[in-house]
Amino acid sequence: MRPFTYERAATPAEAAAAVARQPGAKFIAGGTNLLDLMKLQIETPPHLVDVNALGFDAIAPTPDGGLRIGALVRNTDLAADARVRRDYAVLSRALLAGASGQLRNKATTAGNLLQRTRCPYFYDTNQPCNKRQPGTGCSAVAGFSRQLAVVGASPTCIATHPSDMAVAMRVLDASVETVRADGRARTIPIADFHTLPEGHPEIETALEPGELVTAVTLPKPVGGTHVYRKVRDRASYAFALVSVAAIVQRDGSGRVALGGVAPKPWRDPAAEAALPHGAKAVTDRLLAGARPTADNAFKLPLAERTLAAALAQARAA
Amino acid sequence: MLEQDPGCHLPLTRRELLLAGASSAVAAAHAGARAADAEPPARPLKEVPTADITLQVNGRAHALTLDTRTTLLDALREHLHLTGTKKGCDHGQCGACTVIVDGRRINSCLTLAVMHPGAQVTTIEGLGTPDHLHPMQRAFVKHDGYQCGYCTPGQICSAVSVLDEIREGIPSHVTADLNVHPLLSIDELRERMSGNICRCGAYSNIVEAITEVAGGTTA
Repeated sequence: MRPFTYERAATPAEAAAAVARQPGAKFIAGGTNLLDLMKLQIETPPHLVDVNALGFDAIAPTPDGGLRIGALVRNTDLAADARVRRDYAVLSRALLAGASGQLRNKATTAGNLLQRTRCPYFYDTNQPCNKRQPGTGCSAVAGFSRQLAVVGASPTCIATHPSDMAVAMRVLDASVETVRADGRARTIPIADFHTLPEGHPEIETALEPGELVTAVTLPKPVGGTHVYRKVRDRASYAFALVSVAAIVQRDGSGRVALGGVAPKPWRDPAAEAALPHGAKAVTDRLLAGARPTADNAFKLPLAERTLAAALAQARAA
Repeated sequence: MLEQDPGCHLPLTRRELLLAGASSAVAAAHAGARAADAEPPARPLKEVPTADITLQVNGRAHALTLDTRTTLLDALREHLHLTGTKKGCDHGQCGACTVIVDGRRINSCLTLAVMHPGAQVTTIEGLGTPDHLHPMQRAFVKHDGYQCGYCTPGQICSAVSVLDEIREGIPSHVTADLNVHPLLSIDELRERMSGNICRCGAYSNIVEAITEVAGGTTA
């Protein structure tokens, strides 16, 4: 790990300004992803701003019947919240499908959204990687790509976003609240929060330098049956090959987002309109632009079957 | 009670010794390069940033001045000499470093010591002693919940927390109904312990040990 200076911020504006002031400075909250990357010198911040003293650890009702989840709410506490379990079960299920008990106790809501890809070439500092070192090339395109993206990627990067939680947030139409270095707040719809690589895979979110996530809000509950189904190489503690977050209503309509297939949670309202016609109708549309490699072409039929299983699970509930 | 960092009594800590070794190697490499490329002389290593922290470990306060990079795991092992907590992968994948902080189990390798002022840290040394074993330690011995023993302190800290988590009603991936208190079952224990790897494969005996402490019989 490279040496860094450390400070504990007392207010959100102070934290945002401290990170904006020093090039390469980073916020640290749970630290479960950032410290892993710092040990490998994939991340080399010269300064860390600890945001753990800022509060942001409450889950509170919003005036319009939704929930406001503080950025520092730990994954365990979010998954276990009685309101989330009852009204946003897909979110509890997604959180519980990710990581280990120890990691969920430390990892935060904002940190989960901001975690970096687990592409093996991003992690191997001996290999070219456009995300880690812009302009060096993508080792994954012609490399070992079984785990990687089939849709939404670019020739410059085929990394996936690794989060389960973010897939549930996408299907729930969450919004991300932030404060910028100059103290102004804004709200970013989750659909626009993560960006596609195109020519700049090193840019992963809509956040500006120094912009701090303060909360994630959920709109009022939409009812329906909530399912999160994750397919992975082990029964527990592994990243998704494919995951499906689904909310299915009694009349067969609903919402679907996919994880493990793209650089961001993958959802298309037009594809969801085909839900009453079954899984294939949805995934044909949702994955229409897919460009898989020979290693990961299996994800296309796997996504269809995982959605079919999720829909069957919803019908049986 | 406040204790000073035992490492401070030594003229050089192990880390400083390693750093000194590294800097002389760098200097030697640069000397070689200078002859060929006429580079400017190598600058000495800049001073490494440090921070003061008081850690509460197993009920005792310890005042430390640490390199900011020091993980909680390294602070426990290298500075407080509490070597019961083990370093396995050092990347949060194996669970050997699991300790209990403010009542929650975490990977001590993936958190910085300076991030824990005032936190109550419990390590395997704080759970029990050789003369007064914690019930979970006794059960691991009775059920042979280990072979080499390297993962065992992490397994035991994790297991103690798992039973607390079930008691608190925190659901898991295998909990059938999110709105019903989770059961004590083999499936629940295995899922909840999945962050602790045992290369000797003592898993079934570990589950038996945890089950006995929980006072239940698993189906």
